[in-house]
Amino acid sequence: MIPAAFEYVRAESAGEAISLIGQHGDEAKFLAGGHSLLPLMKLRLAQPSVLVDIGRVRDLSYIRDAGDHIAIGALTRHMDVETSALLKQHVPLLAHAAGHVGDPQVRHRGTMGGTIAHADPASDLPATTLALGATYVAQGPNGTREIAAADFYQGFLTSALAPDEMLTEVRVPKMQGAGWSFQKFNRRAQDWAIVGVAAWRRNGSAGVALVNMGSTPIMANAVSAALAGGASVADAAQLAADDAEPQSDLNASIEYRTHLAKVLVRRALEEASN
Amino acid sequence: MTVTDDRPAGVLGSRLLRREDPALLTGEAKYTNDLHLPGALHLALVRSPHAHARIVSIDLSAAKAAAGVVAAYTGAELAGLWAAPMPCAWPVTADMKNPAHFPVATTKVAYVGDAVAVVLATSETAARDAVELVDVRYDKLPAVIDLEDALSDRVVIHDELGTNKSYKWDLKIEGHEGAIDQAFAAAAHTVKERYVQQRLLPMAMEPRAVAAVPQPFGGDMTLYSATQVPHILKVMTALTLGIPEHQMRVVCPAVGGGFGSKLNVYAEELLCVALARKHKLPVRWNEERGENAHATIHGRGQIQDMELAADADGRITAVRVRILGDMGAYLQLVTPGIPLLGAFLYAGVYDIPLYDFSCTSVFTTMTPTDAYRGAGRPEATYAIERAVDALADKMGIDPMELRKRNFIRKEQFPYTAMTGLVYDSGDHLAAAQMAAGLADYDGVRARQATQNVPGAKKRLGIGQASYFEMCGLAPSRVLASLNYSAGGWEAATVRVLPTNKIQVVTGTSPHGQGHETSWSMIVADKLGVSPDDVDVLHSDTAIAPLGLDTYGSRSLPVGGVAIAIACDKVIDKAKKIAAHQLEANEDDLEFAGGTFSVKGTPERSMPLAAIAFEAFTAHNLPDGLEPNLEAHVTYDPPNFSWPFGTHICTVEIDVETGQVEVLQYVAVDDCGNQVNPLIVEGQVHGGVIQGLAQALFEEAVYDTEGNLKNASLAEYLVPAASDVPGLTLGHTITPSPTNQLGVKGIGEAGTIGAAPAVINAVVDALSGLGVTSVPMPASPHNVWKAIQAAQNGASK
Repeated sequence: MIPAAFEYVRAESAGEAISLIGQHGDEAKFLAGGHSLLPLMKLRLAQPSVLVDIGRVRDLSYIRDAGDHIAIGALTRHMDVETSALLKQHVPLLAHAAGHVGDPQVRHRGTMGGTIAHADPASDLPATTLALGATYVAQGPNGTREIAAADFYQGFLTSALAPDEMLTEVRVPKMQGAGWSFQKFNRRAQDWAIVGVAAWRRNGSAGVALVNMGSTPIMANAVSAALAGGASVADAAQLAADDAEPQSDLNASIEYRTHLAKVLVRRALEEASN
Repeated sequence: MTVTDDRPAGVLGSRLLRREDPALLTGEAKYTNDLHLPGALHLALVRSPHAHARIVSIDLSAAKAAAGVVAAYTGAELAGLWAAPMPCAWPVTADMKNPAHFPVATTKVAYVGDAVAVVLATSETAARDAVELVDVRYDKLPAVIDLEDALSDRVVIHDELGTNKSYKWDLKIEGHEGAIDQAFAAAAHTVKERYVQQRLLPMAMEPRAVAAVPQPFGGDMTLYSATQVPHILKVMTALTLGIPEHQMRVVCPAVGGGFGSKLNVYAEELLCVALARKHKLPVRWNEERGENAHATIHGRGQIQDMELAADADGRITAVRVRILGDMGAYLQLVTPGIPLLGAFLYAGVYDIPLYDFSCTSVFTTMTPTDAYRGAGRPEATYAIERAVDALADKMGIDPMELRKRNFIRKEQFPYTAMTGLVYDSGDHLAAAQMAAGLADYDGVRARQATQNVPGAKKRLGIGQASYFEMCGLAPSRVLASLNYSAGGWEAATVRVLPTNKIQVVTGTSPHGQGHETSWSMIVADKLGVSPDDVDVLHSDTAIAPLGLDTYGSRSLPVGGVAIAIACDKVIDKAKKIAAHQLEANEDDLEFAGGTFSVKGTPERSMPLAAIAFEAFTAHNLPDGLEPNLEAHVTYDPPNFSWPFGTHICTVEIDVETGQVEVLQYVAVDDCGNQVNPLIVEGQVHGGVIQGLAQALFEEAVYDTEGNLKNASLAEYLVPAASDVPGLTLGHTITPSPTNQLGVKGIGEAGTIGAAPAVINAVVDALSGLGVTSVPMPASPHNVWKAIQAAQNGASK
């Protein structure tokens, strides 16, 4: 559990962080809450030669009402998302899902930006923000750009961020009173989901995203389309895994994961409809 | 919910807080890894990534050249350091096959994690970095992970043995052989079941840690180790390394749990001592968590074929058991004996006349197995308790009712079983009835009738396990009959200091059990002092008497009783002094509240404090009496201790997902008299959760290449507090008649009762769907597959 040797530098601002990552090239990594990166380093599965610590860039920790959406700074801890009155009012699905990330220690250290940038398909908040149609803001040497969540996840632990870009903000549309549900199926409370579902429904429309049903968090668009076409919840849920490419692991075969996705999507839609 | 006895209230039986806890809970306790050893070299091991391979070449040059590296050695280069192979202290049969096993492999590796080379460096990081620079070439051979495949000798792991079979051990009972066949032929009902005890990782919170410190002159060596067995380790280290035993000292600093995994003699302990001698410097090693998963022993690993014969009333007439045991790659300290610790318990708590047990054990290319909480007895209890439920299911009667028909009755104790062992005391019906009451057994059955209808999304199940545990290992002569290479006695010294403070020196070696608290309570009760006036010394072979350490729920019924007897001897001697000074007849003195007084003349009295000082000055002692007030006892118990109880688990299963939710867990355990109920409850809590973990969460999973797939705590599912139910505990108290404290062991009982209670509940919930068995762990996936299989079977 001892990582390979690495250099450590600390940035005081987003600009300084991007400058430092630029100087150190591909072998450098941002360190925020550290709850994804450090375990990989301790197992020597990740061996970055430089860590750029952005944990003290305090002006990136905020949750603000920005009119039609809520803006969340990248260094906002999961615990702050979970307990935010603003989010509970306007984006209750996200606040609820944040309360299911890892365990209390993880939620006090882990950050919103970190979990999105890590792009783990088994993590709760990438799929949840995807379901909500979030937009991510990235800052690079040449300024900032917005990336739609739907365009962000490109492969296993791979995102649209350039190596010298840093995710600085997550913008989540207000849910406008939509019904919602978060289903997390696992064996221990602290674990990643074996399968998870983040879903909302409002009037005729719905958004359903799946956790751990492929190499990226994915939208179950066939389900939303079927509902829009008048299908029953039970029938629509049967399409839950149509766009999924689930993997087999110690907790679930592909067949079982597919079955779970259908059951959990049905339950999520039922709950979101109430 | 305790059936109390009529003994007077006092320190014994009180819920005294553990004196060990402030240091443990505030992080002040000092573990082996906390030792400050300036100049120590750090050991790191190069471990095989292959389950089975020939070592072609090892290139240490890059590692030796790395910064901070002092030396690096292959197994061949270390061969001269070993006076004997690593010890196996339990040759269960005369013809048992046992491959020579050395701390570092020389020609072949036999499991992932087998050491092939070592590095010594000036820091742990330098040593670990250098391991990555060692270039080892292997010629891969096929892995053997299936026990029946191993038995077939398709691939022989240890060439020199010519077979993978280590031994076959039969419990032969005269006259039973033919009678068993007749009983099965004549039976109204029979069941034949196969159960699999999956491999488990013990996962003590503190991984292993070792530091060997040579004394600068004279050759003395101190070995610090996170072990359960300092006394055994001292002997074995001396023998294996050719060190005169009196020059070896073993010390256990605080030890963070063991569960049997630290009841062993490990390669790293021998390596640290051997290399400390060679380099004349302290050598230390700290185990990483992933290393712990590979290089510390595993638990369980058995296939059990279990048969019961019963008459028309459900009275069980015969038990036939065939075990296939997974030894792993090598035999560690007591590996081959583990199935035998259960060999006598496959009749459980039942009055069964005919018994037939046989165990065959094989080598595989996986981490060696050995003692893990309960060791052989959870396996046995699981098999009989599952089989009794299967019989009840077949007969269409309630499993509680079937158990009641077969329990050994209270009036039959002491009960001589057909195996020849004598069960000291018990009242299974009382424990079962108390558990049924606490669990609302009849109420749950009634709810089941309305809830478990066809199409129900959630099904309710209730399961029971009644157990008998053979523990407190035990009479040395019985251990001899099992070919165990050590005795079962324990030693204690009780020393009254001149100021009437008491030192107790024990041969037990606690690693979380609270011995300091419990032993001080026994002494306080005996000598009429406060527990705070009693100091308990242990876990250092230089200060402790010869002892046999802590495992097998033996510390209280053997070591604690030794302390009580030593106190009696102290009182006997003090009485002589008191009689002399009070000019009274010994027979006229009584001892109460720490004071001797003349019967009928209480003003003529002498407190123990005064006697202690008189014994110390020796100015006025009876003629011929030795100075000082101290007694030493070595106690060999006349019998094992036989705790028992009934656990009842209630579950609800989500039929769509297979997820099991434990609604209620009731444990009624009887460990005889309780020295400290708080500590008893702690042991039951931990034990039950560990058994429940086997039932629902844990399994060491190997792939066909022999790789352990879940060697981290992210993947090996040790349940956390949020994942387990609250427990409802009850106790009956049936004192053991074989020791003066009336106590029995409690360390393993929870684990023994839990797994079968949980799985019986799971199968019960699903029985209406045609499910008759669910493998452990009953993970959602496994439960879902069992439901699918039953439904597919039903539709065909």
